[in-house]
Amino acid sequence: MTTTVLDKSIGSRVGIRPRAVTVGIAAAVGTAVISVFTLGTGEYPIAPADVVRTLLGQGTTAQDFIVNELRLPRLITAIVVGMCLAAGGAVFQSLVRNPLGSPDVLGITNGASTAALTVVILGGSSTQLSLAAVAGGLAAALLIQVIGGKHGLHGYRFILCGIGLAAILNGISGYLLTRGIQMENARAMLWLTGSLDGRDWQQAGPLLIVLAVTLPILLLACGPGLRILEMGDDAASALGVPVKVLRTGALFTAALLVSCAAAAAGPVAFVALIAPHLAKRLTRAPGPNLVPSLATGALLLVGADWLAQHAGDSALPVGVVTGAVGGAYLVWLLTTERKAGRI
Amino acid sequence: MTGTPRLSGSQMTLAYDKRVIAEELSVDIPDGSFTVIIGPNACGKSTLLRALSRLLKPTTGTVLLDGQDVHSLPTRAVARTLGLLPQSSTAPDGITVAELVARGRYPHQSILRRWSSDDEQVVTESMTATGIADLADRNVDELSGGQRQRVWIAMALAQQTPLLLLDEPTTYLDIAHQIEVLDLCAELHERQGRTLVAVLHDLNHAARYATHLIAMRGGKVAASGEPSAVLTEKLVEEVFGLPCQVIDDPQTGTPLVVPAARRRAAVPDPA
Repeated sequence: MTTTVLDKSIGSRVGIRPRAVTVGIAAAVGTAVISVFTLGTGEYPIAPADVVRTLLGQGTTAQDFIVNELRLPRLITAIVVGMCLAAGGAVFQSLVRNPLGSPDVLGITNGASTAALTVVILGGSSTQLSLAAVAGGLAAALLIQVIGGKHGLHGYRFILCGIGLAAILNGISGYLLTRGIQMENARAMLWLTGSLDGRDWQQAGPLLIVLAVTLPILLLACGPGLRILEMGDDAASALGVPVKVLRTGALFTAALLVSCAAAAAGPVAFVALIAPHLAKRLTRAPGPNLVPSLATGALLLVGADWLAQHAGDSALPVGVVTGAVGGAYLVWLLTTERKAGRI
Repeated sequence: MTGTPRLSGSQMTLAYDKRVIAEELSVDIPDGSFTVIIGPNACGKSTLLRALSRLLKPTTGTVLLDGQDVHSLPTRAVARTLGLLPQSSTAPDGITVAELVARGRYPHQSILRRWSSDDEQVVTESMTATGIADLADRNVDELSGGQRQRVWIAMALAQQTPLLLLDEPTTYLDIAHQIEVLDLCAELHERQGRTLVAVLHDLNHAARYATHLIAMRGGKVAASGEPSAVLTEKLVEEVFGLPCQVIDDPQTGTPLVVPAARRRAAVPDPA
């Protein structure tokens, strides 16, 4: 038998792909650039150079107040919401082995929405609304896990269960809206669209903490196992992946991230579906592509928010922009996937 | 063979939910053997393999690996001793051959220890042994069926387990690729001294390559032992319900099963 001498080491071929690093960095830089422009946008426009100076603590008192006090918390909320949605989406798509298997399709976001709506209709506080959203999302995850996850999460059973649950929850939400009085309904509709208006540290703070706690778990404990799990339950199990524990852990961590994002900004449409998919398409790498997805998610939400603020005379809720852009992307995705014979 | 083998199952009841596949099933896998499990469809041979590789927990009875219940051992520890090539695995989109083979190192890695010179050497050796070193940078989805199966076997080899179970490794391959894969298995068995257990459909392949044969029917072991002792006309008739003649394989002298013809003597077609 002839031995082929490999011209470069295996380690250099199996590590993180250069393309993934490029995508991650490009998305992060894009996010930073748009952030600077966003921070300069508003009733008192500030030049990008002044924004950077102010961020570094060199601005005037007025600039410091406007940028760091008024606009920065909202921007941070946008970035973190984007990251949470993208991470949750990436994990879901990896678990169900389907690019369309995102938490907004499978009922998690709907769980958060329905619970939050209930609080709005009952006239609850915004803290109660946030807590309800988180609880609702986790409850939805528990429901589909119990009903649909008996034979693993990748089967049609799980996906159909999730879609069914999403439909039921939408129905309940619709019912709740018909029961509310007009003022509550306006608040409810705005929340359901997904908006960053008036978001400050009260939303960004808890969300940052959740992300800081769950991200290491996802990246270090779940990431390598999730990559193996994409080869099938049997293969993963044979390689020593504790399949059930990993799947349950990853499912609930992802559901927590998505629900917390919804608690902070409402169920912003499509980001959880598109960010990981776009990241995967750009990196062309197998696995959940968590880090590039995170950066892409932040870029998408910050970009959508910038667009929303520039779209017309009055600012749109960010969910309108992600909905429109995401819907178009979904149509394009379905068409190309169909042409490639994958669906 | 002395003492108890490293891998055995005793008094197992194997069932999916409530559907019982096998009862009071006991098997020993002789150390250092190339064991092949044969039997008709739905006789429980793949189920037995799933139980041995702890994918399926027996309702009663135990699978012993080095004297311990395989279900009481940590998943990763089992994966360092016992490898499995499942019947169907999915190659993730866009994965290269080297990346897929390297995944066989997963049970040897941890959060702190990601990639070592050991991993490097083992993966290179596994690709060389399976003849796929040239394909290292190719995408797995571009390969032919035979090449792809070699990649999966290389991944199982990189796992470096003394015991390796293969569930129908030749299914979906044409005859040339089937022989190629079986030759590879035989070579791994002989050169590297690994214990191999494979489920095969083709009796003649089983007879040619196995050092130990287990014939199953209806969830029970009908016979086990050396292929020449097990594979008789009587057994094939009994287990598969197929009348046949067993002759010597002209190449290897192992049993060759020739199914009985519907019409005894083949008359040349006048047309």
